[in-house]
Amino acid sequence: MTTRNLHAGLLSLTLLIAFLAVWHVLTTSASHTAAATKLSSNQIETLEQKGMPKADIDAYATEGLTFPQLDQIAGLGLSREEIDAAGGIQSFGFTTGGAAEEAETGFPSPAQVWREAKEQIFDPFYDRGPNDKGIGIQLQYSLARVLTGFLLAITVAVPLGFLIGMSPLWSSAINPYVQVLKPISPLAWLPVALYLIKDSEQASVFVIFICSVWPMLINTAFGVANVKGDWLNIAKTLEMSKLKTAFRVILPAAAPTILTGMRISIGIAWLVIVAAEMVIGGVGVGYFVWNEWNGLNLASMIFAIVIIGLVGLILDLALGQALRLVEYKE
Amino acid sequence: MPHYIVKADLLGKTFPGAKRNEPNVVFENVNFRLEKGEFVTCIGHSGCGKSTILNILAGLDTPTSGCVFTDGKLIDGPGLDRAVVFQNHSLLPWLSALRNVSLAVKAKWPEWSDAEVHEHALKYLEMASLTQALDLKPHALSGGMRQRVGIARAFALETDVLLMDEPFGALDALTRGAIQDELIKIWTETRKTVFMITHDVDEAILLSDRIFLMTNGPQARIAEAVVIDIPRPRDRGEIIHQPGYYDIRNHIIDFLVKRSKELSGSVRAVPLSEVQTENEELVYPPDVNPIADARKSRRRTLQSA
Ligand SMILES: Nc1ncnc2c1ncn2[C@@H]1O[C@H](COP(=O)(O)OP(=O)(O)OP(=O)(O)O)[C@@H](O)[C@H]1O
Ligand SMILES: [Mg+2]
Repeated sequence: MTTRNLHAGLLSLTLLIAFLAVWHVLTTSASHTAAATKLSSNQIETLEQKGMPKADIDAYATEGLTFPQLDQIAGLGLSREEIDAAGGIQSFGFTTGGAAEEAETGFPSPAQVWREAKEQIFDPFYDRGPNDKGIGIQLQYSLARVLTGFLLAITVAVPLGFLIGMSPLWSSAINPYVQVLKPISPLAWLPVALYLIKDSEQASVFVIFICSVWPMLINTAFGVANVKGDWLNIAKTLEMSKLKTAFRVILPAAAPTILTGMRISIGIAWLVIVAAEMVIGGVGVGYFVWNEWNGLNLASMIFAIVIIGLVGLILDLALGQALRLVEYKE
Repeated sequence: MPHYIVKADLLGKTFPGAKRNEPNVVFENVNFRLEKGEFVTCIGHSGCGKSTILNILAGLDTPTSGCVFTDGKLIDGPGLDRAVVFQNHSLLPWLSALRNVSLAVKAKWPEWSDAEVHEHALKYLEMASLTQALDLKPHALSGGMRQRVGIARAFALETDVLLMDEPFGALDALTRGAIQDELIKIWTETRKTVFMITHDVDEAILLSDRIFLMTNGPQARIAEAVVIDIPRPRDRGEIIHQPGYYDIRNHIIDFLVKRSKELSGSVRAVPLSEVQTENEELVYPPDVNPIADARKSRRRTLQSA
């Protein structure tokens, strides 16, 4: 078992390194090809009409000058030799497809992301105004929303799940609503929530609530309804009250199923909060990703995506650990 | 007149059958009485309704007709005056052996302190020789140990009536013997009224004061009650050498092999005139003593010779 774990670990590491290597190669070689501008035949024709020789056009294009720049150069009416003699096109204020521009628009290499990550990790809580806060602050907001919505969902889903699981009457009565409400995308509730609550913070909590309530409700009801008849018979022969039976027998018996529901819920909640924050804006990891994309800070965006994955993993592990505490072998 | 602690009058159970208009009458007109402190086992072919009868006594099932009483009170549900040992141990898997027993103790005596509950549970677990396994969860116990926890739980309730549904059904012969000894020990110390279902004839003879023999279903009934008056204490190795042991054994085997089928379905196969009746409707299974009968017939053959 341990040797298998070791092998699996080594394999994982190899895969990661391979992935990073491919990423690195693709992003760095891309900067060479990106430097050469591809001009359409129309554009070349236009430039030639303005008196620029075909050889010059090709030479400028391989240096990475864009069509508008070439258009301007053509407008100067100077040949390439004359420009070179005057100190190159740079002296006329043109930048060739250089690194500066490349870093902003091209896909960042692993090294660039790593540089960005280091900065963010060493100062996760910086706050430079509404659109420029550290990843730590963003996570704080997102986690607070997720946990609030999730805890609210527990207080509703678990008791209601017990009711449905214990009473066939309530089960049949509530089931149609669950079946209709469950498949609705949580984001579809966002406008309703925004209209009704008129507070984007509470609206996002509501969206988390509504998306995490279903797996917990369904799992609780299922776990409660499927408690072994033998175990319930024990409670009956011991003349336990309904409440006592619920706490002493049904709850521990159904706890693994209930916690599995919670684990699914928190996973979904973490997926949904990113999307919800992109829509709502303000602050939070989802908005952060969107904001970095808009500002073309791709390295920062990728770093945030990785962080979202890691936090999701930690949430899942935490609930997995809680699940272990209540699991039992038969 | 002896005090009957359990009484079943005109008990019947009918399930909806596979076909419409053909209900499955599992048994009907089942009457029996258990004396206080009596150990009674019930033997019959699979499906004749033994578990159903036991569940009705436990209050976990309701009869279609008739009623059962404990101590003169009508049974209308499960209660702490009757303890049940379930067929497949039925322990709560998330609780240790000790906690399984103390859960029951706490339910019976809610006013007790934790220390008292613990002490009481411990006493019965010791009686079942489980001192080594107190903190183990059921999955970590052997089949025999689980069974003994179930028995300890039932005995710890100190009820007057104990109901056991094939408590040793799933055990190998050796373990079975050891737990039988344990059961005899605990029963001798406490002298509770026990109603137990078994498929094992030797086990029934070893443990019982009387053995109820049931005819095959459907429409099963208790055909007779075999009286075992082999003196106690009985020993598993010794009892087979007791005079009359094989008379009893042969009688029961003969019933299971032949008569359970012959008598099946024929309600009141035993002529009314032969049995004592308390009131006209209740026909109790006649007490049969194979040892005495064998002795009588032997005497008769001697006389005629
Ligand atoms: N829930 C039920 N629905 C329909 N029929 C049932 C149900 N429970 C029991 N029966 C029928 O009642 C009959 C008696 O069942 P029961 O479990 O009492 O038998 P048993 O004597 O305990 O048999 P075994 O020795 O195999 O345990 C069976 O024939 C079965 O078909
Ligand atoms: Mg049975």
